[in-house]
Parts: sequence; structure tokens; C-alpha cells
Amino acid sequence: MSTSAKYWRGIPQRYRLEAEKCTDCGAQFFPPRVVCSGCGGREFEEIKLDDRGKLLTYTVIRVGPSEFCEQTPYAMGIVELEGGVRMTGQIADVDFDDLEVGLPIKIEFRKIREEGEAGILCYGYKFVPDK
Amino acid sequence: MRDVAVIGVGMQKWGELWEKSLRDIFTESAMLAIDDAGVDHIDSMYVGCMTSGLFVGQEHLGSLLADYLGVAPIPALRVESACASGGAAFRQAYFDVASGANDIVLASGVEKMTDVDGAGATYALSTAADAEYEVYHGITFPGLYALLAVAHMHAYGTTREQLAEVSVKNHKNGAKNPLAQYPFEVTVDQVLNSVMIADPLTILDCSPITDGAAGAILCPLDMAKDLSHKAPVKILSSAHATDSIALHSRQDLTWLSAVAKAGEVAYKGAGLTPADIDFVEVHDCFTIAEIAVIEALGFFEKGKGGTGAPSGETAMGGRIPVNPSGGLKSKGHPVGATGIAQIVETVKQLRGDAGERQVEGAKVGMTQNMGGTGGSCVAHILGKV
Amino acid sequence: MAGIIGYGAYMPRNRIKVEEIAKVWGADAPSYKRGLMLQEKSVPSPDQDVITMSVEATKHALTRAEIDPSKIGAVYVGSESHPYAVKPSGTVLAEAIGATPEVHCADFEFACKAGSEAMFVCMGLVDSEKIEYGLAVGADTSQGAPSDALEYSAAAGAASFVIGRDPGVAKVIETYSFMTDTPDFWRRSYMHYPRHAGRFTGEPAYFKHIMGCAKGIMAKVKMEPKDFAYVVFHQPNGKFPQRVGKMLGFTKEQIDPGWLSPTLGNTYSGSSPMGLTATLDVAKPGDMVLMVSYGSGAGSDGFVFEVTDRIDEVRNVAPGTRELLDKKTYIEYGTYAKYRRKIRMGE
Ligand SMILES: [Zn+2]
Repeated sequence: MSTSAKYWRGIPQRYRLEAEKCTDCGAQFFPPRVVCSGCGGREFEEIKLDDRGKLLTYTVIRVGPSEFCEQTPYAMGIVELEGGVRMTGQIADVDFDDLEVGLPIKIEFRKIREEGEAGILCYGYKFVPDK
Repeated sequence: MRDVAVIGVGMQKWGELWEKSLRDIFTESAMLAIDDAGVDHIDSMYVGCMTSGLFVGQEHLGSLLADYLGVAPIPALRVESACASGGAAFRQAYFDVASGANDIVLASGVEKMTDVDGAGATYALSTAADAEYEVYHGITFPGLYALLAVAHMHAYGTTREQLAEVSVKNHKNGAKNPLAQYPFEVTVDQVLNSVMIADPLTILDCSPITDGAAGAILCPLDMAKDLSHKAPVKILSSAHATDSIALHSRQDLTWLSAVAKAGEVAYKGAGLTPADIDFVEVHDCFTIAEIAVIEALGFFEKGKGGTGAPSGETAMGGRIPVNPSGGLKSKGHPVGATGIAQIVETVKQLRGDAGERQVEGAKVGMTQNMGGTGGSCVAHILGKV
Repeated sequence: MAGIIGYGAYMPRNRIKVEEIAKVWGADAPSYKRGLMLQEKSVPSPDQDVITMSVEATKHALTRAEIDPSKIGAVYVGSESHPYAVKPSGTVLAEAIGATPEVHCADFEFACKAGSEAMFVCMGLVDSEKIEYGLAVGADTSQGAPSDALEYSAAAGAASFVIGRDPGVAKVIETYSFMTDTPDFWRRSYMHYPRHAGRFTGEPAYFKHIMGCAKGIMAKVKMEPKDFAYVVFHQPNGKFPQRVGKMLGFTKEQIDPGWLSPTLGNTYSGSSPMGLTATLDVAKPGDMVLMVSYGSGAGSDGFVFEVTDRIDEVRNVAPGTRELLDKKTYIEYGTYAKYRRKIRMGE
């Protein structure tokens, strides 16, 4: 069984969308990196991502991994936040017929998964339609 | 570097092999390859396997399988690059021979997937995606390819029916492959109306869960005639490229840049262009994957891959037959073995031994094997000598 | 003097109607609707709990407060449905809003008044100048046992308040607490559903404590019902707050803006705090507001607020509580049973 360290390490990203920007070329990274894949730079400044964006693509998961069975069917998508960073996540509170490329979304704090009956609860970001 | 040839290939029928263990299926296919080549020993071996640790709780495959094949103490190594593990193992074997380090080398691939249940298999396969930023959120492989499909449909007008046609075409080819897991034909209606897995992909857009293995024997081209009675098939080029494993990190969600890069390197290495390829075995883990791959490999214009199957251009007898073997869709997809099985099919085609599904006059064949959503890609071009 | 610097509410979008629940148990929906004045209640999705709702309500509160979250010196989450039995809800909230690490944190529980307790304690810490800002949240995703009367009301929602020194959107003029040991409703450790003492939860429990608290705080500030623009009571159903208000001499006009339970249900620790957010959404500068919570066990916290000019500046920068209440999707009992884990799943 894994410890909760892996989850804990990701808290700044999962809870607060902390990312970083290369001070040389301006490339943004979520999650943060040690070396810029754009220019090889090693200096970064911390940035907080915008909590609004638009849907680039989507699907509805009908057969999910076991930890997500309780939530199926659920929508997932790739979102581009204002500022350009992209991320994958679930789209909550959406009627599947409303899913479309370009759908404006905002980020909400939700429970993502549970580590079994007695393990930790894992939180993070989900997308909800912004209307 | 020495020129390298494939002198033997082996593969048994794939499927849900309840009575056989990972070591059984590996050994059987390896023996078939050794016997096909007619060699009396091998000098080293590579095993492509994605995640035997998760599927059967076994790592350290190189030594285990060398022992069971009765070839210990030769060097034996497991190679991993998700679903491209088989292709990557073949490439390592190629380097081993080309470098002069070893003469007769076994390249193999194996995956025993049915010892875990559906949820276990879904989890094991998902480890090929970004665990922290994709899988954490509940994505699955069908889900990731569905994201790619929706993006492709939105950008280029690719249709649901065009996706289905890929499955129909590959099943039609696979119906003529006695080693295929699902050697039967399907119709567009069946694909469209089968159970939805991740919109818009149905179960008949997805490659199956498969137990299987495959092997190939490589040696220096100039020793091939002495070592084997089989007509050697020459490895004209070998290529490997990588990309972000997180789909969302790619600037163009519809474009498999690792596939394009591997294709470019493979064509350059062989001194050929896509027009020179007689047939190609591609990684159609999902129908949309074949569409995206045939674009990235330059067989179709960007955005036009969807027209391949409906127009008949990718069918047997078409402009560029894609997946004469039935592909991953019909033949099965024991992940680590897939890349080697593509080599097996290509060698059979180039030897003229492909039976009912023979591509007439095939002289040059290509294989393309990828990991995850295209985070890694291995491509090889093989030619008749 | 302490005040509310920012406030915000959050609730899930799922609703289930009284008829839908009554249908399953063969109960008489019209009598529930009439008797308890309940039409529907909110239901959390599987990915919503006290922690997630607290974070979202707090984001709205912070938008209105316009303060640097790192200046928050205390984070208190009041709930009777904390997701963990051991491990604070407040640490997740504090981390999510960027208030860590120099912050005091505790989870409160006192049946339905845990939220007002959090407010009460924050006000005391601000007044004593131990902290510059405190964050007080009342949130619950409570469950009533299937077919029990509570199943028609037990709902989900959260309200969050940034408490600090003036100028805020409402000054805290007075606080007051009224408490006895009265076992009208409880949930033992490891039990899934609460138990209650039927009609004993009325007169000797809800009414006695709210009346005692309301009268006590009004006496303290020398005010009468007519001196208040609005009043907010704990809302275990639609009927009780109207009845207790009438008994105290308040009018329907004073009660109604914060009266959410007919279409929200009982959000337990979130109940009167959410009623307060809805009231602030419509209050004018200078309005006096009385809030009296109630928690089984039993006790009430009372607050007298005076709304300030700043209310007009911040009211519309975050979603209003009734705006959230209007965003809804109806679900059937089967979905409700799945979302609330009333179905036994395979191992
Ligand atoms: Zn850079």
C-alpha cells in the first residue's frame, strides 16, 4: 500500500493550481519542472493559474477504473485555461448533451478519489460549465 | 554498423489463454521463432513487456524467461516502453547485432493480461498515461483516445462512421489470420451499436485484452544464408521517438508527433518515402489511432486519415494496405508482444508466406508501434533481400 | 469591534423532491409538504463533501472580502458530517485557499450549530486581537435514515464568513449563547445515521433554546423584534423557523429572505449561516439583522449584526445564495441512493 506522501506532494498543484513560468522564455509549466523544455532555462517564477478556461476536447467515461465506478458515467476533458496552460480533468455538473468544444469552464474544488474505505480522501480540481 | 536480417519468426494463436502462464506463452513463441530460423543457439535476448509486475506480479523477466527457454547464462533483458515495448525490444536486438556485440539474437514480446480482472487490466494499462495528471482524475485509455477522436472530429470533420470503417477493415483482414484472437468480420452498424466505452468510442473501436507472445530471430545479413534456410528479410531502418505522455501537453491534440518523427527517421534511414512502402502494420489500439498514425506516417494528408478505410485505400489491394494481419483490433493486443507481432506479420508478408492475406508483390513493409497516446513510437522498415 | 468582512455560500446543484422520496416509502407527500413546509432538498454528488463545499463557499467569501488569505489567523469548519472522523477538514480548506502555515485550525461539531460556533469563536479571537482575520464555515452533507422523517430534509450546503475588524459588510453588535444538555438528536460513533427523539425535538429542544437565545440577546442589546430588518433562525424544515419567529413576534417579511429550507432542505451546520448569506444578499446599509442558530444536544448561538455601506460594493461580486439555489437539476431516488451510498456495493 502506498503512503500518502505522493498525494501530499501534489497539494500545491491540486488545491491551488500552482505552476511556474520560465524566466528566460516565458513558457508555463503545470506541474512545475526543474528544466524548461522550451529553452533549457533553469530559473522559474511561481505563478497561479487562472481558474477559467475553455474545453478543447471531451469524452464521457462509461467504463471507469475501479475507484471511479461509483461516479460513472462521468465526463472528462482537456481544458485550456486563460493564460494557455492545459490540463486533463473531470467535467462535473454538466449535462452530457451540453458538452462541446469551446465550452467555457471554471475550476471547482472537488473530491477526486478515495483510497478505499479507510484510506485518504484525495481532492483536487474539476471543471464545471461557466455560465 | 552491420546490416541486420530477420531469419526466423514465431507466434502462436492469441486470445484468452487460461491454461497458459506468461512463461509458457513466451517460451512457445520463442521456440517457434528459433525453429523457424533453424538456429541451434542464441547469443542474447530481449523481451518486450509492458507491465508483468501489475498483470502477473512478476518482474525480472529477462532472467526468468532465459531460464525457462533453457538459454541461461546468456544476457537477457526486459525492455519497457508501454505498448511500444515489443518494438523497442526489437530495436535493442537490432542494435545488439548491428554493433557486432552478438550474432544471433532473440527479440520477443509477451503480455499475460487475463490473470487480472477488467478493473485490474484497466489500471495496469492506465500506467502508460501520466499517473499524476491524467490517471489521477479518472481517465482510461479508451477515454484518452476518445479525447483525441473528438478533437480530430472537431478539427477535420472526421466522422463516427469513418472510425467504424477502420474496425470493419481490420476485422476483415484479421478474419484471414488463423492466429488472430477475433478472426471474424464486423459491420459498420455493429461497431456503431456496440456498447459505448468512452464517447464516441464503442467496444468495437477498442483493441481487446489478450494473452500472447511473439518472437523474432535476428542475425547479421551476411551470416543469414549460412545460419538459416529461410529467406532473410533485411532491416532497412529502425527509428524511435518520444513525446509528452500527457495528451494535454501537446500543442496539437490531433497530431502524433513522436509517430511523425519516428516515421521521418525510418524513411530517411531506409532512403525511402511513404510511396515506396507496400504495406504497413500500425498500432491501431483504437480506431482513431490508426487514422492519426497513417497521417503522421505521411500516407495521408493531415486531417484526411479518416478517408483511408472508407475509400478502400488502406484495404488489401488498396493504395497502401494497412494492417494486413488484422491489426491490434482483430489480432489482439497483448501489449508487450504487439510490436514483435507486427514484425512477424511483416516478415511473413515479405517472404510471401502470408497465405490468404498476402499483399501481392510486397517488397517493403513498415511497422509502427506506439506507447500510451503516442508518448513513444518505434518504427521499422523491412525489405525483401 | 468584529465584523463580517466577506461571506459566501455554496450548495450542490442536485435536488430531490419530497414526492420522489415519499413515492419510494409509500408516504403521504402532501402532508410532508404541508406539515413540514418542504418541497425539495439539495443532494451532494459523490465528489462533493463538507471539505469541497467549504472551499467553494470560502472562495466566494474571499472574493467579497478582498483580503490576502495568508493574513487569516484561524480556520474553523463546523459540521456534523466531516469526511474524516480523525483528521481536520480545516487543514484542507486552509491549504486550498493559501492560508497555511501560520494559522490556527480546528473542526467544530455541535449538531446543527457547529457553523455558528465557528463564527462565534472567530469573533472572540478578532475582538481580543489574537488574529487579524478568522474564517468560519458551517457545512454539512447530512443524511437521514431511509424512510425516516429526516430523509425529507437532510441536505447539503455551506456558508463561509471572513471575520475581521471593521469596516466589514456587517458589524457584530452582540453575541450570546444559550445551552443545556438536552438529548433530542444524536449520532453515536461508527453509526451511519443519526437518531432523534421524535416530537421531543420540538418544544423542549428547538423552541426552548431558540426562544431563550433570541430573548436573551435582544434583552442584552435592548432591542425588540420591530427593531430588526431581518431575522434568521435555524431551519430544520420549513415550518419551525416560521413558527418560532411568529412566537417571538417577528413578521414573515423579516424571516422570508433568509428562509431557504423549503427548497434547500436542512443543511445542518450550514443552515442558519446560509440563511444569513441570503439575507445579506438583500440587506441595505444600516439594517439590523438577528441570527439565532440551533444545535441539538442542545443550544443556540445568537448574533446581532448591523449591515454597513460596504454591502453594496461586494454583494454582486460573487454569486448570491438564491442564485445558487435556482441552479438545479432534479434527480430520482435511485441516483440519490447511489450518490448517498445507500446501495451496498460489491467488495
Ligand atoms: Zn524557457
